[in-house]
Amino acid sequence: MKTIAFIVQQTMIFSIPLLVVGMGGMYSERSGVINVGLDGGMIMGAFTGTLFINRMQGVISGQGLLLLALLVAGLSGFIFTIFHAFASINLKANQVISGTAMNMFAPAFAIFAARLVFGTQQVPFRDTFFIRRIPLLGDIPIIGPLLFQNAYLTTYIGFLIFFIAWFVIQRTPFGLRLRACGEHPGAADTVGIDVQRMRWAGTLISGFLAGIGGLAFVVPTSTESNATVYGYGFLSLAVMIFGQWRSQKILGAAFFFGLMKTIASAYSAIPGIKDLPIPATVYKMIPYIATLIVLIFMSKRSQAPAAEGIPYEKTGR
Amino acid sequence: MSDSGKNKDHEFKNKPLVDAGRQAVPEEELSLSHQARTKGFYSFFASLMAIITGLLVGVIILLIANPSRAGRGLLTILKGGMTGSPTQFGQAIATAIPIIMTGLSVAFAYKSGLFNIGASGQFMVGGVCAVFVAIKGTMIPASVLWLVCMLAAIVGGAVWGSVPGILKAYFKVNEVITSIMMNYIGMYLVKIIIEQTIYDSRYARAQNVPVRAEIPTLGLDTAFPGTNLNISLVLCFIFCLIIFIISSRTVFGYELTAVGLNPDASRYAGINSNRTVITAMIIAGALSGIGGFMMYLGGTGVYMETNEIVALQGFNGIPVALLAMNHPIGVFLSGLFIGQITIGGENLQLHGYSKEIIDMIIAVIIYCAAFSLIFKQMLSRIVSGIKKNRKRAGGRRQGPGRNVRADESEVSS
Repeated sequence: MKTIAFIVQQTMIFSIPLLVVGMGGMYSERSGVINVGLDGGMIMGAFTGTLFINRMQGVISGQGLLLLALLVAGLSGFIFTIFHAFASINLKANQVISGTAMNMFAPAFAIFAARLVFGTQQVPFRDTFFIRRIPLLGDIPIIGPLLFQNAYLTTYIGFLIFFIAWFVIQRTPFGLRLRACGEHPGAADTVGIDVQRMRWAGTLISGFLAGIGGLAFVVPTSTESNATVYGYGFLSLAVMIFGQWRSQKILGAAFFFGLMKTIASAYSAIPGIKDLPIPATVYKMIPYIATLIVLIFMSKRSQAPAAEGIPYEKTGR
Repeated sequence: MSDSGKNKDHEFKNKPLVDAGRQAVPEEELSLSHQARTKGFYSFFASLMAIITGLLVGVIILLIANPSRAGRGLLTILKGGMTGSPTQFGQAIATAIPIIMTGLSVAFAYKSGLFNIGASGQFMVGGVCAVFVAIKGTMIPASVLWLVCMLAAIVGGAVWGSVPGILKAYFKVNEVITSIMMNYIGMYLVKIIIEQTIYDSRYARAQNVPVRAEIPTLGLDTAFPGTNLNISLVLCFIFCLIIFIISSRTVFGYELTAVGLNPDASRYAGINSNRTVITAMIIAGALSGIGGFMMYLGGTGVYMETNEIVALQGFNGIPVALLAMNHPIGVFLSGLFIGQITIGGENLQLHGYSKEIIDMIIAVIIYCAAFSLIFKQMLSRIVSGIKKNRKRAGGRRQGPGRNVRADESEVSS
């Protein structure tokens, strides 16, 4: 039981950022804009979020501070992504190139700005956010230890974001319009939907979620941010493609990958595995190999938005 | 009026050819050769505009960080490795070499519509194959050892590149996601290979590459003392040239471009698009692998590490390719340029700036390159405006529109 609880708790830490950022990527791509710059957005979020925590931790602490920091992180991702949206939507730029530029800029900017503020490239912060046990909920047998002990607030916020994001894109007129712009912008335009505006909305939402995901990745795994999220933005992109651009499948993909990652990094704590005569590094390959294999089996049914990556020209209808 | 128009024109095309063409060559042929020329010019100009914009942003960043030294900072960036110190010059070249190869890899894959974000993995696997052969290949004669190492790197990189290619061709799996996965798998594989076979536990990295396996210098290091040069740069240029010839002068290159532009149409035209995609990825992987070989066997004191970081040289190939608009010869030049300003960035630290300013400048340059189409459109609009004026002034001999139409097709291509 203890082992299972441990695995679930660890899986949450790995999966939640992937889930949040993957959902963000989905918003962008289903509105018709490819956002390869998710990694950059995460780095910006992680940087500004931890900077905010660092500056404010003397004033407030605990969950309130984390909530505010997540908001700041989201906003910074939002602002950062304006550049990508402007280039891809208004200037009809090559979206992969623009996204790559975003990915290059963010870590450089984070190091540069951290050096200006601290003199070092790391942004340290005090972790006052760990929740050992939520009162009442944590005492429920089975579910309590699995979901409400040794956790971070980001886990619950991540689920909340998932449900809101799923509801908005699948059940509201806004979501329907957004999806239409990714599938057939010409048709959307003829019924009076402002395609450019919808794409701006989709891209900026992806930036906001990427920022939040960045901080949600750093806070549970470290006590400083170092201008990198270890390629999690790219992994989120992979999770989104793995999840076939659909909310529930992205949820599944994020947790599949998170579970694999947990097994890979915590194998020594899982009885039976640690005694095998295999180099430790082999386990670390497992998440990536498993994803490749699953992709092969799920292939040929790609449900990518039909118009993603193609700038919309009113006259080109 | 007519004269001034002509003079403007001469900046873009060769005078004798055009003048001869006016009389002898039918207009269609003229506009074709003219099209190729101006297209190249527009691309070059667009890249130049991007670089200038990037440097302007760099100046702003320098001013924000420390206004008093911004002028000297900019000068340092522009000088790059050309500070008069041969060591720095050599460093700039050594920085350029691997990213030229990975850039070439990215550019080549891009021709067939594939975004090879996996150059890093191919680079690392190619590198470890070369280093492994260099250390363990004691029975191979020294004269050919470096060549064998290069072959090993080619095989390693090609195998790593082929996986996304095969999955893309036969299973329709998005190559971006498979490449990303292959980067990580490659990173861990390299770690395992090093730790199990050629580990130097004192420094927690791969063992030194024996001198006998290093890439030959052919006297370049003595001709330019202190630079530590070897023939890698020459090899890079040859590879760029080969790729240029393959992609623009062969049937395979034509098929590659056709598949890149429209896989369905090219399949309909009888091109085996699966085979084309796989071959493109194998070649792209091999090129990145050679980059790894050149980096670790260059005798410049870099060793393969086991620190679980995906090699940056692969990712840095992407801006090199993009800045060159995926032109193989352009890749060579843009790689040298980025190598130069990277060293400029190292020197920036002498003025109290952080070297990441260079990365920001490069990012802005790439960002501007992303909407190079806008630059091109602007240019061609100006040029066609000049042409229209000239035509109006120089009588109305030809029917309207033909040249203008040629310009429009340039823009859309």
